[in-house]
Amino acid sequence: MSAVTETARTVPPGNAVTQSVRDSLVVAKRNLIRMSRIPEMVIFGLIQPIMFVVLFTYVFGGSMKIGATTDATTYKNFLMAGIFAQTVTFATASSGAGIADDMHKGLIDRFRSLPMARGAVLTGRTFADLVQTALTLLVLAVVALLVGWRVGSDYDTNTGRVLAAFGLLLLLGYAFTWIGALIGLSVRTPEAATSGGLIWLFPVTFISNAFVDSGKMTPWLRHIAEWNPFSATVQASRVLFGNPGQSQSDAWPMQHPVWASLIYSALIILIFRTLAVRKYRSATA
Amino acid sequence: MPGAIYAEGLVKTFGDVRALDGVDLDVPEGTVLGLLGPNGAGKTTTVRCLTTLLRPDSGKAVVAGIDVLRHPNEVRRSIGLSGQFAAVDEYLTGRENLEMVGRLYQMRARAAKDRAQELLEQFNLADAADRPAKTYSGGMRRRLDLAAALVVSPPVMFMDEPTTGLDPRNRQQLWEVIKQLVSGGTTLLLTTQYLEEADHLAHEIAVVDHGRVIARGTSDQLKARTGGERVEVVVHEREDIATASEVLRGFGKGDTTVEEHTRKLTVPVTGGAKLLAEVIRELDGRGIEIDDIGLRRPTLDDVFLSLTGHVAEVKDGEGGASGTGAKDRRRKKETVK
Repeated sequence: MSAVTETARTVPPGNAVTQSVRDSLVVAKRNLIRMSRIPEMVIFGLIQPIMFVVLFTYVFGGSMKIGATTDATTYKNFLMAGIFAQTVTFATASSGAGIADDMHKGLIDRFRSLPMARGAVLTGRTFADLVQTALTLLVLAVVALLVGWRVGSDYDTNTGRVLAAFGLLLLLGYAFTWIGALIGLSVRTPEAATSGGLIWLFPVTFISNAFVDSGKMTPWLRHIAEWNPFSATVQASRVLFGNPGQSQSDAWPMQHPVWASLIYSALIILIFRTLAVRKYRSATA
Repeated sequence: MPGAIYAEGLVKTFGDVRALDGVDLDVPEGTVLGLLGPNGAGKTTTVRCLTTLLRPDSGKAVVAGIDVLRHPNEVRRSIGLSGQFAAVDEYLTGRENLEMVGRLYQMRARAAKDRAQELLEQFNLADAADRPAKTYSGGMRRRLDLAAALVVSPPVMFMDEPTTGLDPRNRQQLWEVIKQLVSGGTTLLLTTQYLEEADHLAHEIAVVDHGRVIARGTSDQLKARTGGERVEVVVHEREDIATASEVLRGFGKGDTTVEEHTRKLTVPVTGGAKLLAEVIRELDGRGIEIDDIGLRRPTLDDVFLSLTGHVAEVKDGEGGASGTGAKDRRRKKETVK
């Protein structure tokens, strides 16, 4: 093939960032097509958080003391920010499993032999996971409204603040998919990535302010909970939603939850993206 | 001037294992090199080093005139890789797979679309183009994988065991595709466990064992070193061994070897099936009852045996005596895979 036709057929090199974005979008499209062809994955991804909403609301509601009250409605309004945050972090598992599956099937080898941007396979995957997380969150919010969750139940709020809360939740979910990417590249099978992607999330999401008032925990556990990056986003969402049970702790992340949430998420992306891309470049199936 | 694929002293260790122990290769432009060896010999590791997937510990590699270690991304623009597994996304259609690969080779959307259509037709996949790849047969997936490696018509191609796991018909088909490709001037390095395949497709064969190239030459040269074809007979009665040996001496081109306990006699011959028929008639004429007889062509095991003194460490070991040994082994391998 002559050089002339070759240049006409290919995109001009452009700069690295443009290429990286373009390649990531190609990979994201591929992953979104995949998701649309395996709808059961998306559906199973929805059932669990919906179950949590229903179970926590009806089983725990009425027994949990939030502030000075054990009122079931207060707990319900307190709970949702926690469940939303937990749900977005669970995208870690599907992200990791997807990447482990690509490794297993030799697709990562194919991608690595192509002249594409280095992080694009992983970035594309995390973009696609972000779309799935957004969908899940949307459905979950509707279910939450159906069981009686209301924004502004205790404090003032407005549309902008509610959207900002969802933005922070999505950012946290996006950050966690990079942890999933690293796990997916580090394990040998998709099954290991699924369980390895989930196990550590339980302590992270439970030693926090998500489901109970962290102020009532034993002191050392309370400190962990208050500085837990996950708690910052929960607290920020609660504040922005105007829901009850906000932590009154002096811990900096609890006092400045929006900033803390942004900083934590940015740090997680920075650290785990760097590690994952490095791992990807030396990945062996 | 070095060839389209050139390697010098490639070394790669994984922990204690020296997967590559100084591999040297030189493949002239437009030719096919068959890298022949058993599992674990270092074939795949060699391919991975040459295709930028793995960084060798030491050594030099140049592909399409570009230094692999210094400019991996430029190398990636000039190569196509078809790995050991059909690396296609099974939930994407054949067309979507090819378009995606085209885009990632930095083709424009339109060009990637047109090229996908071209390849689907060329590889006989047009009818299945818009079905998810998971509905494809093994042979179709392999063809799609190969098509994906050819999206930019790269000057240099690597195929790692391209026909492993395929049935004979699909293997034949794939061989035809590969031959066409090569006749267009592509330089190809292909790895295989089957002498027959290397024989069929490669201009030159490099035999690898324990991470080294232990012999290279045309398939005729290698076969000459292994002694060519031979007749193997298993007689029913131990007493007949002497007579049978006498008969074989009359036809053979060398010494007859006898394994007393298995009642097996082997003699190198030339003359193929016609000669085999004569041998059978003669043995029959002398009233010797035979359990098994066959014309045995050199297999990977024979090549290895003559080159290294040990059998290639393929799991199933010995080939059959009927000339279908290689095929038997292949079938076994398929069921294992």
